[in-house]
Amino acid sequence: MSAFEPTIQTAEKRAVWAWRPFALTLPALVLLAAVIGYPLLTIVLRSLSEPAWGVQNYAWFFGAPVNLAVLQRTFSISAWVTLVCVVCAYPYAYLMTAVGPRMRLILVLCVLIPFWVSGVVRTLSWVILLQDSGVINSLLRSAGFAGIRLIRTQTGVVIGMAQVLLPFMILPLYSVMKGIDLRLVQAARSLGARPSRAFLTVYLPLSLPGVYAGAIIVFILALGFYITPALLGGPRSTMLSTLVQTQVLSLLQWGRGGAMGVVLLVTTFLLLALAAPVMRSRHREAGRR
Amino acid sequence: MNPRPDNRGAAIDLESVTKAYGAFKALDGVSLRIEPGEFMTLLGPSGSGKTTTLNVIAGFTDVSSGKLLVGGQSVVGVPAHKRNIGVVFQHYALFPHMTVGRNVAYPLTLRGVGQDDRKRRVAKALDMVKMGDFAHRYPSELSGGQQQRVALARAIVFDPPLLLMDEPLGALDKKLREWLQLEIKRIHRELGTTFVYVTHDQEEALVLSDRIAVFNRGRIEQVGTGRQLYDEPATLFVGRFIGDSTVLRGETRSDGTGTALNIAGETVAAPRRLAGEASPVILLRPEKLAIRRPGQADGKNRLSGTIAEAIYLGSGSKYEVKLGDGSTAIVRSPLTGENFGLGEKVELCFDGADAKLLADDSTADTTLT
Repeated sequence: MSAFEPTIQTAEKRAVWAWRPFALTLPALVLLAAVIGYPLLTIVLRSLSEPAWGVQNYAWFFGAPVNLAVLQRTFSISAWVTLVCVVCAYPYAYLMTAVGPRMRLILVLCVLIPFWVSGVVRTLSWVILLQDSGVINSLLRSAGFAGIRLIRTQTGVVIGMAQVLLPFMILPLYSVMKGIDLRLVQAARSLGARPSRAFLTVYLPLSLPGVYAGAIIVFILALGFYITPALLGGPRSTMLSTLVQTQVLSLLQWGRGGAMGVVLLVTTFLLLALAAPVMRSRHREAGRR
Repeated sequence: MNPRPDNRGAAIDLESVTKAYGAFKALDGVSLRIEPGEFMTLLGPSGSGKTTTLNVIAGFTDVSSGKLLVGGQSVVGVPAHKRNIGVVFQHYALFPHMTVGRNVAYPLTLRGVGQDDRKRRVAKALDMVKMGDFAHRYPSELSGGQQQRVALARAIVFDPPLLLMDEPLGALDKKLREWLQLEIKRIHRELGTTFVYVTHDQEEALVLSDRIAVFNRGRIEQVGTGRQLYDEPATLFVGRFIGDSTVLRGETRSDGTGTALNIAGETVAAPRRLAGEASPVILLRPEKLAIRRPGQADGKNRLSGTIAEAIYLGSGSKYEVKLGDGSTAIVRSPLTGENFGLGEKVELCFDGADAKLLADDSTADTTLT
């Protein structure tokens, strides 16, 4: 074979070559099809076929006001959790970009350590902290304030979920923030911007891609939360996953459970589609070092 | 200095400005007066303090001690955003999320300039840098030279009395750099603003500046016009940093009228003496040395050597000649002169009056190489 052979390939041969890189993604595609595609298809089929073919499961879901209330609550709790995460993560991620490598390592560990603790243990710790006779209320009372009800309230659920999900906000934010050229802020200062103005007009807009990325991850993960709302919440803070569990495991209504899952999925896609134009920024990649 | 259309530039006075980082002094007692409307270049190798000086004037760096006046007012302790000084950075520093037009309008928006006035001034500034057609583009869609022109427009659009430029052409290729140098010169003439320009490129400094301040190790070695620095360098460092030069070192003998140096058995003399204890060296510019075939050199100051490098420059030739003591002399000869080949034995001669007698400074060598 000549050394120049690749340059004189036929068109067909080149087409085969062009597909080679995609072949490398095959294992991932197979895995996705097996663990996501197949179960998803099953759920959709069951929601339309159990106990009989038709849309009766969807009619049931939209016919019961309690279901719609829980769906709405699921989205509003997730939105609150996302907001709390943004507010807590933003300064934290900024601090991570500003400190030296040793301090940064400590900060990263502080984010990750809760990850290595079992979710149930973590949530039960929150029960101890939040309950009426718990640490927070004892401190409040000894400081002379009235106690506040945190356990089995929506606030308690939001606090617990935000803590679990915080790393998913901090890490994407940090990765965007560390790429922001701080000299741009210096340039803004030289042009007459006081520090707060320089932040609002230069740093904040450049960090938004990180906020969006983190917010989407946190919001979507929050929608499917089960353990935390079940343990920290009360009957008035039930989320959709709890209802799904009841339908599927207690009542063996696979069709209804499936319909709920599909509704949640479709609603999420719709919301993301609505948010996409806001999040799209033409020059997201610019301004990096 | 060139005549100014309207002299509204600010004067700058630095008085014994020192900036210390622990034991290291980035600036060590720098004093400099920059006249209103002047084009002053701060020239020096990296780490010499020129950029620190610029950052001190801009307000990005605090001074450890000393005075700093802009337009007669002390600005020590005044934050950068209140100084009303335009700054152009080597890395352009355009805001990537704003169009060219919004970038240039940014300082006007901050100053509460009304929309109509803002539009007019943005258009004028962009026209001045010949970027009027690019207002709707994003910085990432522009070349480096275009981005720097936009940055320049943004720095002058609010009519600051002082413009600072930190190696603005450092990231651009040679042809573009030379063209933009002339553009910057033109803009300086049109505006009448005081320009302070930082560079490590001595040719760029010579092209642009009214005066040049040569920095070395946190101090100013000499301030003067390009011609003064080239013809009358105050220190060996300045002599070596500006232009090509030959430095002769040797056993020294001084008497009442002059100084003689013995270089590998040959003696050359300059009709001057050096005050103080420092050991003298002779600095010669390439065009002050004549190159001859052995035995044909005239005059008292003759040195023999061999051609180590011959470079044809179009307008003439440049030779590097290895002298008897191993040092290298640089000679520029006109086209009309004789041609010499590598390894050829030659004699160099010069007029003693052209020899600059300077105090030896061994740090000059280490800083420059």
